[in-house]
Amino acid sequence: MKTNQELSDIASQVRRDIIRMVTAAKSGHPGGSLSSTDILTTLFFSEMKQDPATWTREAKGQDAFIPSAGHLAPVYYAVLARAGYFDPAKLGTLRKFGSDLQGHPSVGHIKGIFQPSGSLGQGLAAAAGIALGKKMQGQGERAFALLGDGESEEGEIWESAMFAAFHKLDNLVAMTDWNGMQIDGPTATVTSLEDLREKWLAFNWDVIEAEGHDFDSIKGAFELARKQDGKPKMILFRTEMGHGVDFMTNNHGWHGKAPSEEQCAAALSQLKETLGDY
Amino acid sequence: MKKYIDTGKKDTRSGFGVGLVEAGRADSRVVAMTADLKPSLKMGDFAKEFPDRFVECGIAEANMVGVASGLALTGLIPFCGSFAEFITGRVYDQIRQEVAYGHTNVKLASSHAGITLGEDGATHQTMEDIALMRALPGMTVLVPCDFNQTKQATIAAAKFEGPVYLRFGRPSVPNFTDPDEPFEIGKVYNLNPGKDVTLIAMGHLVWEALQAAEALEAEGISAEVLNVATVKPLDEKAILESVAKTGCAVVAEEHNAYGGLGEAVAGILAANRPAPVEFINGRDQFGQSGTPAELMAAYGLDAAHIAEAARKAIARK
Repeated sequence: MKTNQELSDIASQVRRDIIRMVTAAKSGHPGGSLSSTDILTTLFFSEMKQDPATWTREAKGQDAFIPSAGHLAPVYYAVLARAGYFDPAKLGTLRKFGSDLQGHPSVGHIKGIFQPSGSLGQGLAAAAGIALGKKMQGQGERAFALLGDGESEEGEIWESAMFAAFHKLDNLVAMTDWNGMQIDGPTATVTSLEDLREKWLAFNWDVIEAEGHDFDSIKGAFELARKQDGKPKMILFRTEMGHGVDFMTNNHGWHGKAPSEEQCAAALSQLKETLGDY
Repeated sequence: MKKYIDTGKKDTRSGFGVGLVEAGRADSRVVAMTADLKPSLKMGDFAKEFPDRFVECGIAEANMVGVASGLALTGLIPFCGSFAEFITGRVYDQIRQEVAYGHTNVKLASSHAGITLGEDGATHQTMEDIALMRALPGMTVLVPCDFNQTKQATIAAAKFEGPVYLRFGRPSVPNFTDPDEPFEIGKVYNLNPGKDVTLIAMGHLVWEALQAAEALEAEGISAEVLNVATVKPLDEKAILESVAKTGCAVVAEEHNAYGGLGEAVAGILAANRPAPVEFINGRDQFGQSGTPAELMAAYGLDAAHIAEAARKAIARK
């Protein structure tokens, strides 16, 4: 288990990576990447049973993670690279022609990616399939999925919610990056998701609420999610879009826009370089 | 010509059900999934024999396809089944991302395909599924012609590594292929060598093509009959060799004119060996309620229409 300081240092570097990747690519999705950075950093460095040295797409002996909101590719790639799945030097090739780091996650090129994602609403089903497959074969590991709150407007999410509860997939842990923002504005003004907690409870899931930028809170939520009580887990992480960069914070305009060079420099001045830039 | 005997009409979906049980006995990784259509997909025997390997998904096909991809990742071999409309059009995006692009070992079992679904009418009569599935990179598309071949194709699909779309139907149709002949994915079956025209068919229209060939024989026309049980990847060599010999072709399919077997064959011939081709298909229209036989005749999919198309093709040589 990493200390909060260690996690904070990794997360700061991951945020720098995200800003630099998206700036170099001149397109991409920094907002949600920054809001889910602390969650994914804690997941990969403190919670998941995972090992890049023995990783295979079959997830034998390991936990699996599906980023259902595939546009969070920048944070996903940065966390994978910093966790040792591939050389961080590759991060600079995001969205470039010929790069393995496609605009949205793609399989078969780099380690750590189980399924493609990008078309929203599909990753929870895939994670549920992995969780069920592991149960059917007597394997003890778990499947994790990260959803966007806006993504949860997709109908398939609720099909999967019914399925996972009915099949008692308590080895499935879904996480919502609940930053309250989507492309067209605050989720409350686009189409209301409220009451998100009550919705998941009504679908017969264990629901855990946590602060997505507080490492104690994140760790506590993951600890509660280990409970084997026959119910799938949903952790609703309250987060801020663009967290860590003041001019991006809580601004839905940064859902899918690259910073200029000047904005990049301003953002990096707010994020400590801890592990060395790629 | 070679004589084929209908050993008694049977539905191809039952061939799938029997094949699924055999595949399940042969390999403990085989899993069956359905979206509230267990009886229609003939999955009852599998579910009874392997209750722990049967996954009921409820009326939620999108989730079913996604779950299938996850099961496949863990090493299982899921067959997820529904009506052709609901396992293609309804879930095209899920198939595209989770199965085709993800290249997961998922078998899409598609029943009640085509207009011969019959009385349920146009909402359920999918004539576009082959076009959708053919257009996906890496998708293997199988359309066996009768009960026996559907059973064998199911067994072959379970052994094959990669995404498969397996199409079959609701009505009882003549059962005439060798029950013990293993299905070879990628093979075009030459059922009757001929020299004047090549009749190229898929699914139960293969039987109609054989009937047409018999009628043509009585007129002194020698028709070669090809059973294209693998629509993708399509055996170009078999098509080209046959048309090189006969000089013209008829393509018969229970599908829309666009994106089906007819266009596939036309593309091969245009690129390699232009020849007159006539097309038997559902044209570009939706179906309607009726019995399979009524619809086959009304939409021009039966042996009489194939024979007429053959005469036209020969006249154009």
